[in-house]
Amino acid sequence: MNADQAPFPLPLPDAVSAPYWQALSQGRLTFQRCARCGGAWLPPRPECPHCLSADWAWEDAGGRAKLISWVVYHVAYHPAFADRLPYNVAVVELAEGPRLISSIVGIDDAETLRIDQALTLAIGQEHGVAVARFRPD
Amino acid sequence: MRGRVVIAGIGHTAFGRLPGRSPTSLNVEAVRAALEDAGIGKDAVDGLFVKFPTSTFEFMYGQTVAEALGIQPRIGGVWDQGGAANIAMIGFAAMAIEHGQCEVAVVTFADNPKSGTRQAYEKAWGHDEVYGWFGVAPGYAMIARRHMGQYGTTSDQLGAIAVACRGHGAANPQAQLRQRLTLDQYRAARMIASPLRRDDCCLVSDGGAAVVLMSAARARALGVARPVPILGFGQGQTSWEVAQRPDLTTTAAAISAQTAFAMAGIAPSQVSVAQIYDCFTITVLMTLEDYGFCRKGEGGRFVEGGRIAFGGELPVNTSGGLLSETGMPGLQLVVEGVRQMRGTANLQVPNARFCAVSNQGGVMHTHATLILGQE
Ligand SMILES: [Zn+2]
Repeated sequence: MNADQAPFPLPLPDAVSAPYWQALSQGRLTFQRCARCGGAWLPPRPECPHCLSADWAWEDAGGRAKLISWVVYHVAYHPAFADRLPYNVAVVELAEGPRLISSIVGIDDAETLRIDQALTLAIGQEHGVAVARFRPD
Repeated sequence: MRGRVVIAGIGHTAFGRLPGRSPTSLNVEAVRAALEDAGIGKDAVDGLFVKFPTSTFEFMYGQTVAEALGIQPRIGGVWDQGGAANIAMIGFAAMAIEHGQCEVAVVTFADNPKSGTRQAYEKAWGHDEVYGWFGVAPGYAMIARRHMGQYGTTSDQLGAIAVACRGHGAANPQAQLRQRLTLDQYRAARMIASPLRRDDCCLVSDGGAAVVLMSAARARALGVARPVPILGFGQGQTSWEVAQRPDLTTTAAAISAQTAFAMAGIAPSQVSVAQIYDCFTITVLMTLEDYGFCRKGEGGRFVEGGRIAFGGELPVNTSGGLLSETGMPGLQLVVEGVRQMRGTANLQVPNARFCAVSNQGGVMHTHATLILGQE
């Protein structure tokens, strides 16, 4: 299977995560905040992982974040990414607390990034789907 | 219950590519060898604890193995904690023996991901496929990068772990990869997921291993030749995926080791040989820190200068580990620990009184620790 034939692994939104992906398509990165304990989290889930309440609401992220860690793929584990090597995947922490998997854009060489580096949200498009990428400040 | 349960027998199959052998057949061969080593018949076995093969999932696999062995255990089944499961099951089996739930327990694992399917190793992580977040090695690479950033750990220090394990494997006639590695070769090997290179990653292997447990009293009564007492065991877990884990560089190994060392009544400084789960080099470095062999952040300096090679202060993975002997997740490390305590290891550490063995699973999600001693 080569990159042309492999279906790109796009998100499959469900009842809980659909609003997340819809908000991204409208240019907003959102996370969940618990109405009972104030905890904030991603990825989308139906109960607060802190107090188990199901009473929560979506909140817009301000777009400020920092880089927790990152890797640079030199091997494609999925054929759809074979022609992008090397590419980076990062763990990013929003200023509001939730962490997410993302990728860093606007750089020449991912090896020059630094942990805890300040980042700003840069929503991008992947096969017609809006995704939350970040760029260094 | 320190020392009241022993490992009475050890066994394993060949390691490497074993086409045509099913995991069940490999389990039977490993158990047969372990029973012969203990000098007992299969009819004595009334506890059977099985780690299920990752290449193929099958419901009630413990019963499949029991049927192939022709035994009717009172207690047992299949346990899933990824690579931590083998030592975890040894702990559960020891507790079952201590509390009269069974008398002779077998813990066994076999798999054939090299000649069979490797699908389980290549799954996508969560819902993040759209970013290209796939694979096991990149999960460990994410942790390694953070460790490097926080503590200044270097690629060469990871390389020192690979060099040590590969050296031990080269000396082991049963090892799958009997090829020494130099630091220059390590540096020159291709990146898999930066910062991890090819030789930071364990082998993929077919094979099986098994151990037989019973009470020390039972072993004496049966005249078991070389029982090795279990002095301590423990477990630790985190539920968080790598992206959600509040602290990427401290692992469940810490709580697991605290439990095990407290039960054994010894300190890490009394341990002079260790078998540390080396699915990736960074796992060894962080486990050594979390076990208290050195302080957090000093793992890189600790593994330098041959300290963990045979002849060093704390030889690690004396039969080659997952990086060199076999990529099988973990039971072979227990087997080597038993050989070290018996004094029959290929690279025998002189005067070693205690051996610490670690198993871990997922991407440092689960951890289990075993402390072995001498009769
Ligand atoms: Zn809550």
